[in-house]
Amino acid sequence: MSETIRELTCIVCPIGCTLKVTMDDGKFVSVTGNTCPRGAKYAETEMTAPRRVLTSTVKVSGGHLPLCPVRTKGDIPKELLFEAMRAVNAVSIPAPVSIGQVVIEDLCGTGVPLIATRDIHSV
Amino acid sequence: MREIGAEMERELVIIGGGPAGLAAAAAAVENGVAAEDILILEREPELGGILLQCIHNGFGIHRFGEELSGPEYAARFAKKVAELGIPSLLSTMVLTLHRMEDGRKEITAVSSAHGLIRLKARAVVLAMGCRERGRGALNIPGTRPAGIYTAGAAQKFVNIKGFMPGRKVVILGSGDIGLIMARRMTLEGAKVEVVAELMPYSGGLSRNIQQCLRDFDIPLLLSHTITQIHGKERVTGVTISQVDEKRRPILGTEQYFACDTVLLSCGLIPENELTRQAGIPLDPVTGGAVVGENRETEMPGVFAAGNVLHVHDLVDFVSAEAELAGAGAARWLAEGDHAGVKLAVRPQGVIRYVVPQTVSLPADEDVRLFFRVGEVVEKAAVIVECGEKVLYKGMRPKLLPGEMESVTLKAETLSGLDSGQLTVRLEKR
Ligand SMILES: Cc1cc2nc3c(=O)[nH]c(=O)nc-3n(C[C@H](O)[C@H](O)[C@H](O)COP(=O)(O)OP(=O)(O)OC[C@H]3O[C@@H](n4cnc5c(N)ncnc54)[C@H](O)[C@@H]3O)c2cc1C
Ligand code: SF4
Repeated sequence: MSETIRELTCIVCPIGCTLKVTMDDGKFVSVTGNTCPRGAKYAETEMTAPRRVLTSTVKVSGGHLPLCPVRTKGDIPKELLFEAMRAVNAVSIPAPVSIGQVVIEDLCGTGVPLIATRDIHSV
Repeated sequence: MREIGAEMERELVIIGGGPAGLAAAAAAVENGVAAEDILILEREPELGGILLQCIHNGFGIHRFGEELSGPEYAARFAKKVAELGIPSLLSTMVLTLHRMEDGRKEITAVSSAHGLIRLKARAVVLAMGCRERGRGALNIPGTRPAGIYTAGAAQKFVNIKGFMPGRKVVILGSGDIGLIMARRMTLEGAKVEVVAELMPYSGGLSRNIQQCLRDFDIPLLLSHTITQIHGKERVTGVTISQVDEKRRPILGTEQYFACDTVLLSCGLIPENELTRQAGIPLDPVTGGAVVGENRETEMPGVFAAGNVLHVHDLVDFVSAEAELAGAGAARWLAEGDHAGVKLAVRPQGVIRYVVPQTVSLPADEDVRLFFRVGEVVEKAAVIVECGEKVLYKGMRPKLLPGEMESVTLKAETLSGLDSGQLTVRLEKR
């Protein structure tokens, strides 16, 4: 037995509860300090395979703005953030763009799409 | 609408088309004001306010149960305003506001399409948002090289215009915009050397410390400040020193950080030039108007909501507050001034301010009081009293200056009151 306790800040919602996670030999045991069940789920993922939502921008041609903001439609593995950024910065899409439009269908093999988060009209 | 050098009249004019202005407009219609009797005036070429440059996620969790980005959150409200048929004038900047003898308000504005506009309105909602404290307001010694920006200005460069202000960054202040920009610039390939915060605690949300700094191993130095800026044409580095409890730099603690960019994230100030000039009383702590529970200022028929009233960390609360203001304006237009008594609400001790600053009685709805503390407090009871009578008592595990708190007073609890003042205080366990 080698139980350790780690403190985490839950990032699921802006309340930002302080979570105390008990781990045993790298395995998740239990968590306290979460105000809701989403916090417990976060703690477990965070300690085993952390995930994040990525937001950025992509280039747009022929639009009323040079960039369109984008986000991943769900979270992706945290260690892929920089690789995903390279993929995001490599794309350029033509205007018009509509909010919710899929920009990359499967971002870096995560199965998670990258979507536009605003409308851009053509000029 | 008439053209050029226009004279216009409206029941309700909303100054500012950010989330606060949009939510107030929609709420006014939902509470009986005809859409065509409203006009939204917005300085920028599109509606949405500061959210358009806040491309990160985290908006709307309370409101929609979803993590939206800023532009998505703004789009939902802009869509609602369009569906309700509420007109707006874009690229239109309001210059003056004053109350005429007959009680109506006169507004002057300039717009690219109409030139000078003179507008008469019975009611007004102030929703001008806030601006960032710049270097002028901070007094950092040293040269005046290029490469020093507010975090919000950098956010606009990177997210809207598409260029990076620099590659090696030091951030002064741990407000949310600075934290968000630390992550954003790191993801775009910059190296954020350090975030220095004058106070012994961060001014930003805990989740942003985690996901914007710790995730990328960016150090946060609490009780530290920039004591010197180096560089002639362009900033080449900064000296950062530790400060004592009186926030004076401690000699011998200087550290040098080379950098080509300094971002300032040292707080936001409600944008109240118009309000001040109109003679509307302001709360010296919030920097916004003194308001009642429906967000009416001390000038009858003028309401305020959002960051112009007090700086919010969450747009969800901005929208909720603006709905109170919009509904309040609709009711005022229909019924006129509230009869009855008005009690002052006073913060005590470590509670810095409370919004609203007054409550009108008898209350026909629950009243939610929003407040901020001036220091980190663990395990304390929030107590609201009127004289001897305790109206609310509730425990909080931890209160942080960077996070707004609230208590809800039930209409029944307020029903017996008719004099005195409400006080809000903390009792430590
Ligand atoms: C960098 C940053 C990060 C944030 N992160 C989050 C987050 O993660 N989650 C969250 O929930 N909230 C977040 N917020 C807070 C949220 O964005 C704000 O609370 C919200 O945008 C405030 O809305 P508002 O309508 O009061 O002000 P604004 O959005 O600033 O809108 C005010 C509008 O008024 C207009 N205006 C001003 N003066 C005039 C004039 N004289 N004439 C005409 N128009 C005028 C301006 O152009 C602007 O469009 C963040 C804010 C910032 C700045
Ligand atoms: S535990 Fe629940 S309430 Fe607390 S921060 Fe996480 S999601 Fe929010």
